[in-house]
Amino acid sequence: MVSSRVNRRSRLPGFGLALGTTILWLSLIILIPISAVFVKSMSQGWGTFWAAAGSPRALAAYRLSFGAAAIAAAINCIFGLLVAWVLVRYHFVGRRLLGALIDLPLALPTAVAGIALTAIYANTGPLGGLLEPLGLPVAYQPAGVVVALTFIGLPFVVRTVEPVLAEVSSEMEEAALTLGATRLQTFSKVILPTIAPALATGFALAFARGAGEYGSVIFIAGNMPFKSEIAPLLIITQLEEYNYAGAAAIACVMLVISFVLLLLLNLLQHWQARRHA
Amino acid sequence: MPAAGLRELPIIKALLIAGAIGYVALILLLPLGAVLTEAFKQGSSAWMAAISTPDALSSIKLTLIVAAISVVLNTIFGIAAAWAIAKFDFRGKAALVALIELPFSVSPVVSGLVFVLMFGAQGWFGPWLEAHDIHIIFALPGLVLATLFVTFPFVARQLIPLMTSQGRTDEEAALTLGASGWQTFWHVTLPNIRFALLYGVLLCNARAMGEFGAVSVVSGHIRGETNTMPLQVEALYNDYDFVGAFAVASLLTLLALVTLGLKTALEWRHRDQLAAPH
Repeated sequence: MVSSRVNRRSRLPGFGLALGTTILWLSLIILIPISAVFVKSMSQGWGTFWAAAGSPRALAAYRLSFGAAAIAAAINCIFGLLVAWVLVRYHFVGRRLLGALIDLPLALPTAVAGIALTAIYANTGPLGGLLEPLGLPVAYQPAGVVVALTFIGLPFVVRTVEPVLAEVSSEMEEAALTLGATRLQTFSKVILPTIAPALATGFALAFARGAGEYGSVIFIAGNMPFKSEIAPLLIITQLEEYNYAGAAAIACVMLVISFVLLLLLNLLQHWQARRHA
Repeated sequence: MPAAGLRELPIIKALLIAGAIGYVALILLLPLGAVLTEAFKQGSSAWMAAISTPDALSSIKLTLIVAAISVVLNTIFGIAAAWAIAKFDFRGKAALVALIELPFSVSPVVSGLVFVLMFGAQGWFGPWLEAHDIHIIFALPGLVLATLFVTFPFVARQLIPLMTSQGRTDEEAALTLGASGWQTFWHVTLPNIRFALLYGVLLCNARAMGEFGAVSVVSGHIRGETNTMPLQVEALYNDYDFVGAFAVASLLTLLALVTLGLKTALEWRHRDQLAAPH
């Protein structure tokens, strides 16, 4: 069935029209505009490029954007695995509601998430009011960036791990049990290695989304240069100063990093598919 | 049902469930509750007044216009891309799919920036546009372009795996029976993909209406003119008009909840028609 489909040439009409539309639209909306970033960033030479992309302020912004994204993705790997485990393995009242809620960060506009999180974690809010007297301020601090990116990243980990966890065969777990492994040993030696590629993919997806995130972060971050200023905000600051080449240079660095990440992600998914086969 | 030894002790199971629910409540439910309590802090009449100011109404209208144009265009594109990729064999298919998904890994701010670099005052076409008095940046076309960029993959990504798994035998049968290409598409392909298409359109629309970073760069933030709803939320918030900001935010939250509800209903009732079988 499958092989006959692959080997036989399609007799359907519309290939030229469909592919032509696709390539034209892709070029106009995505490819040509993205190429503008690379061309514009080089328009005033390497010196200008590095003055903007390699300035101490820019370096601090990359460190915050990528560092906070990594911490948030790591937190979500732990709790996202817990949520996925509970959703896949147990039946309880409210399970479907819990499952439906996971995608909230993908549906809720980021600006809404941003002001809501700020209201919660500011010193007048329900959690900020508790944490600040303990010497743990969150809002207008780098910690606020981590909180926002933890909100944004959760669905990426849960949705990647869930289907793989559902397919871990009970035979393998039974075999481990028969051989005398405890439940905890079965988890760490049998289940965890099986879902490791999915967990890594979820981490990478959450990390990539978090590093470029803007809307949910700027309200809670404080936006102090060198301290709580994320890289996307620095791009906007450059634009507001009419420094197009500088904005493009920082955007260039962000794009190159996310393309490398995308490549790694594809390799990961390859690895995952191979382990699954 | 797994054997007895494969099940956790009831106490551990209860703790794990409580941990998962607690985490989701803290991370996801608390912000949701915060929007609604802040929006209605001063009563429903204050909420009503906040969403019916001329600037708020104009932002709602602009959001609907931008989303309508972007969703229609990206739906047409998504169907065309899925038709080419799923129903035909050609070289470079994997690369094409990767390029279609590219916008997912680009920061929203960069997605807006690209159009400023092309059409802004100092952009490639800036001087020419200015000479001909055509406004793209800080105007509706810029908002639409930025929204098109960020919502580009949604419909295509939903359709490609499903249409690939469905193959082309149904369409070939219709053609053999004398149907034209368009008749085959309308009467054979479209019914086969209708739920997946609806699902993709739903997610595309939610993102189009809620996009903030990309439109923020190209909008110029002119109140009553180029502020979409998320941008209006920011403007009111920066004015310390928290009731106003959260009132407009509550409308966007309602949109998110309706989207999630419809999406979940589609998953429950038509799971087999949404995605390729595993």
